[in-house]
Amino acid sequence: MTHEAMAGTVTAIPIGNLGVVADVSGDKQAFQVPWGKAMMWIFLLSDTFIFSCFLISYMTVRISTTVPWPNPSEVFALSFGGEPIPLILIAIMTFVLITSSGTMALAVNFGYRKNKKVTVLLMMATALLGATFVSMQAFEWTKLIMEEGVRPWGNPMGAAQFGASFFMITGFHGMHVTAGVIYLSIIAYRVGSGFYDRNKGGNYETVEIAGLYWHFVDLVWVFIFAFFYLW
Amino acid sequence: MAQSEGHQQHPLGIYFWVWGLLFVLSGFSYGVDYFQLEGMLRWSLILLFMFLKAGFIVAVFMHMAWERLALIYAILVPPLCLTVFIGLMAIEGDYTFLTRLAAFGPAAEIIAPHQ
Repeated sequence: MTHEAMAGTVTAIPIGNLGVVADVSGDKQAFQVPWGKAMMWIFLLSDTFIFSCFLISYMTVRISTTVPWPNPSEVFALSFGGEPIPLILIAIMTFVLITSSGTMALAVNFGYRKNKKVTVLLMMATALLGATFVSMQAFEWTKLIMEEGVRPWGNPMGAAQFGASFFMITGFHGMHVTAGVIYLSIIAYRVGSGFYDRNKGGNYETVEIAGLYWHFVDLVWVFIFAFFYLW
Repeated sequence: MAQSEGHQQHPLGIYFWVWGLLFVLSGFSYGVDYFQLEGMLRWSLILLFMFLKAGFIVAVFMHMAWERLALIYAILVPPLCLTVFIGLMAIEGDYTFLTRLAAFGPAAEIIAPHQ
């Protein structure tokens, strides 16, 4: 580029607020993906730090307490008329969430195949499994509060910090699942009603972005399952 | 080669494989508790199954394996800072534990007898 041309470009750069926009956008694209997908990834990155803060504080209080930690294997055992099976409800919840992750992955795939009907059905199945997960969590919380007497400030089984860690971590995760169910329902409705055919030229990348969120919720559960329930 | 504009379309087979693997790995995780494995064996197996599951979800279900390196680095490198945070808080937790033992534990009277 010649010097004159460059000088010409310089005078064309806007100033003030528009200048800020022009500077930070800089006419360069760092990530070769749709902006919505890059933004979802960055949101998930920030969410990673939030969940990590919860899990790290849980680790800190569990290391530092001099009172024995309640045994999750016994606390979350459930009896179906016979001997209590350790951790069985949590195991079922884990399988429900993994199943929903699979249906979501398939929904994304069928979205790109432009198979609207199957995409909507798979997304609805995912949302339904998510709702099942939250219902089971509500059952788990009710049992823990009403029968076991667990409170955020104490419990009859051991270290007082158990309740606070449990309600904070699983509560925040359950909130994410609930938000995901609503999010998936909206996107599924829009796919079904032809919103993306009319407005986005038949581009279903939004399904993949919603899928990223959903898989992240499953990913967080993998860590909660390992550190809170199994450890 | 990563698809242009992040268009992710892959054969269905790989999803079914990973789906099945996640079920098997979750079964193993649950087995660790069901068979009441203890100590180092328990903790290392929990971590192994956890990282395998997390890796498959991120790489295949979230399509990270097919993204360009710039995005992979931008998303996967920052969480590595957390290892420092985890290390610091583990040290802090241990310190608090020992302080509590010294101040309120059975040995407290010996270390600092009441005046």
